[in-house]
Amino acid sequence: MQLAVWTYEGPPHIGAMRIATAMEGVHYVLHAPQGDTYADLLFTMIERRSKRPPVTYTTFQAQDLGGDTANLFRDAVLDAYDRFRPQALLVGASCTAELIQDDPGGLAKTLGLPIPVVPLELPAYQRKENWGASETFYQLVRACAGPHVPPPGTKRARGATPRCNILGPTALGFRHRDDVPEVERLLETLGIEVNVIAPMGATPADLARLGDADFNVVLYPEVAGQAASWLKRSFGQPFTTIVPIGVGATRDFVAEVAALAGVPATTATGTLRLPWYSRSVDSTYLTNKRVFIFGDATHAIAAARVASQELGFQVVGLGSYSREFGREIRAAAATHGVEPLITDDYLEVEQQIAALQPELVLGTQMERHVAKRLGIPCAVISAPVHVQDFPARHSPQMGIEGANVLFDTWVHPLMMGLEEHLLGMFREDFEFNDSASPSHLGHGAPSQLGKEAAPAAQPLPAPAAVTPHAAAGDPSAAVTGTLVVTWGADAEKELKKIPFFVRGKARRNTERFAQERGIGTITLETLYDAKAHFSR
Amino acid sequence: MSAAAALPAVPAHGCGDAPVLRERGQREVFCGLTGIVWLHRKIQDAFFLVVGSRTCAHLLQSAAGVMIFAEPRFATAIIDERDLAGLADCNDELDRVVTRLIERRPDIKLLFLVGSCPSEVIKLDLSRAAQRLSRRFSPGVRVLNYSGSGIETTFTQGEDACLAALVPEMPAEPGTARSLLVVGALAEVVEDQFLRLFAALGVGPVRFLPSRRAAELPPIGPGTRYILAQPFLGDTARALDARGATRIAAPFPLGVEGTTAWLTAAAEVWGTPAGRIADAIAPAATRARAALGRIRERLSGKSVFFFPDSQLEIPLARFLSRELGMRLAEVGTPYLHKQHLAEELAMLPEGTLLSEGQHVERQLDRCRAEKPDIAVCGLGLANPLEAEGMTTKWSIELVFTPIQGFDQAADLAELFARPLVRRAKLMV
Repeated sequence: MQLAVWTYEGPPHIGAMRIATAMEGVHYVLHAPQGDTYADLLFTMIERRSKRPPVTYTTFQAQDLGGDTANLFRDAVLDAYDRFRPQALLVGASCTAELIQDDPGGLAKTLGLPIPVVPLELPAYQRKENWGASETFYQLVRACAGPHVPPPGTKRARGATPRCNILGPTALGFRHRDDVPEVERLLETLGIEVNVIAPMGATPADLARLGDADFNVVLYPEVAGQAASWLKRSFGQPFTTIVPIGVGATRDFVAEVAALAGVPATTATGTLRLPWYSRSVDSTYLTNKRVFIFGDATHAIAAARVASQELGFQVVGLGSYSREFGREIRAAAATHGVEPLITDDYLEVEQQIAALQPELVLGTQMERHVAKRLGIPCAVISAPVHVQDFPARHSPQMGIEGANVLFDTWVHPLMMGLEEHLLGMFREDFEFNDSASPSHLGHGAPSQLGKEAAPAAQPLPAPAAVTPHAAAGDPSAAVTGTLVVTWGADAEKELKKIPFFVRGKARRNTERFAQERGIGTITLETLYDAKAHFSR
Repeated sequence: MSAAAALPAVPAHGCGDAPVLRERGQREVFCGLTGIVWLHRKIQDAFFLVVGSRTCAHLLQSAAGVMIFAEPRFATAIIDERDLAGLADCNDELDRVVTRLIERRPDIKLLFLVGSCPSEVIKLDLSRAAQRLSRRFSPGVRVLNYSGSGIETTFTQGEDACLAALVPEMPAEPGTARSLLVVGALAEVVEDQFLRLFAALGVGPVRFLPSRRAAELPPIGPGTRYILAQPFLGDTARALDARGATRIAAPFPLGVEGTTAWLTAAAEVWGTPAGRIADAIAPAATRARAALGRIRERLSGKSVFFFPDSQLEIPLARFLSRELGMRLAEVGTPYLHKQHLAEELAMLPEGTLLSEGQHVERQLDRCRAEKPDIAVCGLGLANPLEAEGMTTKWSIELVFTPIQGFDQAADLAELFARPLVRRAKLMV
């Protein structure tokens, strides 16, 4: 058993729902108890979809467990077929149904429906959401394109115009909607035709045509890697390995695609602004800003490259919850000279952030909250995300416009350059004082660790109500091990003169310094001794 | 002395004996685990540990929204493959997780082990685990258990199961001293209003279940009269009856009429004279009626369709039809407790279509055919119905917002008026 407050990923059947919901003409019959329909609201509320996900739940209850759950399942399949007339049907079990062992695949097969029925084996006690999405997409691709696989040894015939498929965008994917047109634009510039985009917007009939393309563009390896490998084996279609997030990666992606298509690499960079913005003198203050990065493997690795090579930050931490991509994360961490953090326990991530005291956190919705609590600026780069990260405006992460979006999004939470300097110089000034937050973020932004008074608990708060963070502890006493280190009044006062964005780090370093030397009370001397010690 | 006698203008017929459409099929509802989201705010020293799957954790996180980050007092012990291999192992694992949790959170005084579908299906005996762990952590921490599984409970029934688990823990009231127990989680502001009104009515002492602290559970005995503040408390009521307490029958305190009847029912048991009751209630009731009057203009004559969700549907429908002049197209409820809702059913207009359970596709067909002015439904249906041109009110808000009592009556009406106002306002 694992103690979990938050999970970065849902169970695997949520991944299957993301595929079914992304597609047209697919229906998913899920053997599941009452209550599992909660997942519908992820799509209707967070992604604001205007249609219900194409999922029928059997909704078995305790009184059904005697034996007719299999019948319940059969009826649900027939009902769903009659009502929705899909081109293909997915059938599977949620975590509870997995335990009662009704075999959805076998039961559905006996019904003899005139459409492909794809049984999904999604081990809910071992695997998670992204794995479920990947497996579902793979099984659907196999079921639909499988009958068109040419005999082994067949040579691919090349048409006049190179063609590719775009694989990976799903429902509930972070910026998938906007990444696709960006990538289409890159391909159009190269004169490459797009055959099928899947799963987003595709029908089972479209999946049957996947083999018509010359190669595959894999946008999200977490979802489409497995299907792309099968397409390579079955149709001899190579696939891309570079995800075009950031200027450098976009350039490399274009080169890779051009090579696969046999065309010269060209990119229309007329609207690319990141490189100049990053070179303009206003951005000098971004140099070596310490950034911590966490998310799914694809976005975290891409973000690390952008952060270090294109914005001039210093990557001080890199991690992911995508265990399936541990090797890639470790390799990327090595190039940035940091320890990789591969975990799905948010407390570990929080601990790491608190220990590193970065100046910027790039992460998921979770890291946004951790950073808020710690008073550190943060931007979101990866799922899981909340409703505000399914924006109305065009907001890709990939390609040319994606790079522009990244620049704005990541710099926005930081103090502007001049503002930062003024804060250092006029610390006692009434407008530029310690607790001032970045002026462009308004007055609602939280100030600093422990400064927020915790409002009294409300009895029945609205689900989305902003509720208090737990008090961060008395900042004037640090308890580690057995020795209680306290701050002398003069040292505490001096500490306040240090700009707040490095103060947390100074506080921790000084406390660690005192701790290691058995100093019970931190004086002015201790503070400056520690500063000298750590500045080496 | 009967509560029904005090009800204003009870129609001759109502829906007391009306046939109920019972349906089976896909249910678009939450499971009982969702109750944790408000119960953990209410019982401030309790912790809720769900023993379940990743799905359970994901549900709680989705239902709790951003609240998950406020050091919430709930979590999930996620069952994995190794646990499924053998039951003995599973108990050891649970003990390990609970021990770690209690070490981490020494402020916890009461721990609920909350059963889920997976834990029920593998027949993990959480009540024995609770006894075992209670012994181990006594006297610092009490460990109780209840089931919030979807196979057994729908949404608010999770609160019923939780409160029913608390009843055996309530201390015995010595003698036969008379006291009033108000049952069902209410917002603190509502509790305080009711306390003031009961004082004015000469009813007391008044206690609440759940109490704000687990250590201060109200005493119970043969002198205890209890009144339900929520309609979904069937098991809790049975457990209270078993401890010798007596239920005061009343409609639920929604709207001016419901609140008046609810307070009056208790006051009559206490023998408060009618004049004093009228005096005590009049100021707040008059104020509430005036506030309702302004909203009535916007809602009167409009039709409303309730999808099943919380069991609050019938009292809400009664309020909307009688106090705001709305027409009831269909009133769906996940479960209809005929006895606890007898007073409510009697007040519904004759001929109202009542449905219990759900076949969501067929119910959607009926809803589309009805074209109600407002459909009350869950978040999974709301946006899709809006996209079809219907106006909706998402029902979960009715559970999270203080809606009971006189001073909340207009707020409650406003919840239904706002989507209509918005639809009329938007020119895009």
